[in-house]
Amino acid sequence: MPRLSQWFIRAAFMYLLLGFTVGALLLAHKGMPLHPALWSWLPAHIEFLLFGWVVQVTMGMAFWILPRYWQQPRRPHPELAIIAFLLLNLGIWLVVAGTTFRAGPWFLPVGRAVEMAAVAFFALHAWRRIVSREGA
Amino acid sequence: MPSLTRWYIKSALIYLTAALLLALVLALPVSANLPLFIRYLNPAYFHLFMVGWVTQMIFGVIYWMFPIITRAQPRGNARLGWASYALLNVGLLLRVVGEPLVGVRPAAGFGWLLAASALLQWLAAVTFVILTWPRIKEKYRGG
Repeated sequence: MPRLSQWFIRAAFMYLLLGFTVGALLLAHKGMPLHPALWSWLPAHIEFLLFGWVVQVTMGMAFWILPRYWQQPRRPHPELAIIAFLLLNLGIWLVVAGTTFRAGPWFLPVGRAVEMAAVAFFALHAWRRIVSREGA
Repeated sequence: MPSLTRWYIKSALIYLTAALLLALVLALPVSANLPLFIRYLNPAYFHLFMVGWVTQMIFGVIYWMFPIITRAQPRGNARLGWASYALLNVGLLLRVVGEPLVGVRPAAGFGWLLAASALLQWLAAVTFVILTWPRIKEKYRGG
């Protein structure tokens, strides 16, 4: 497993734990009220699990498993995927800042734009690896 | 494909089917006069999909495909893997039962079902991460 996939997947596991922790508190709160402010963490719960866990673990696996080139570099333009990793994680926290922490009206749209850019950079990297064994 | 992965993936497919069946029922018009508890299954539908299908499928594939630790114990402590599987599924099913019960009869004392469900699912995630963390590494090259 390449180093960048290890970063993606370790980060995804951290978000899995964060997302499940927040989700467990919210679910327990439904059955046995803990604190009314907990509901403000619902957007963070969704963000951690959808983007932090599902999208990130998928990108990590794809960077590892998609067909590689016969010659070096076997995974072309890895810098595009590195930028995707950085932008995705920045975007997640901007969205959480804008929703759960109510840091300001621009955090949510800017966060979404950064996440969109992350996906675009990852697609640019992955596109040329989506090929048959013959490279067609 | 290891036995635990087969259980994860087959369970995931059953949850996907259940989630879509529930989605169909929830989409019926009000005139269908569904029992009240069905209306409280909306969050359960989403979690059957995201936890039962998506997360469980990912867990199964990860357990199968990640680099092995050693030839002697390729996927780590298998008991931890089975514990994670059991905790996740019992926890999720408790939610499916508990959420409509709490919704329809909030004063009947079923809240503990949701707290138990929360704890079990959280433990499932922690257990799976502990089991898998040592396998996030370069390919096994012996030794």
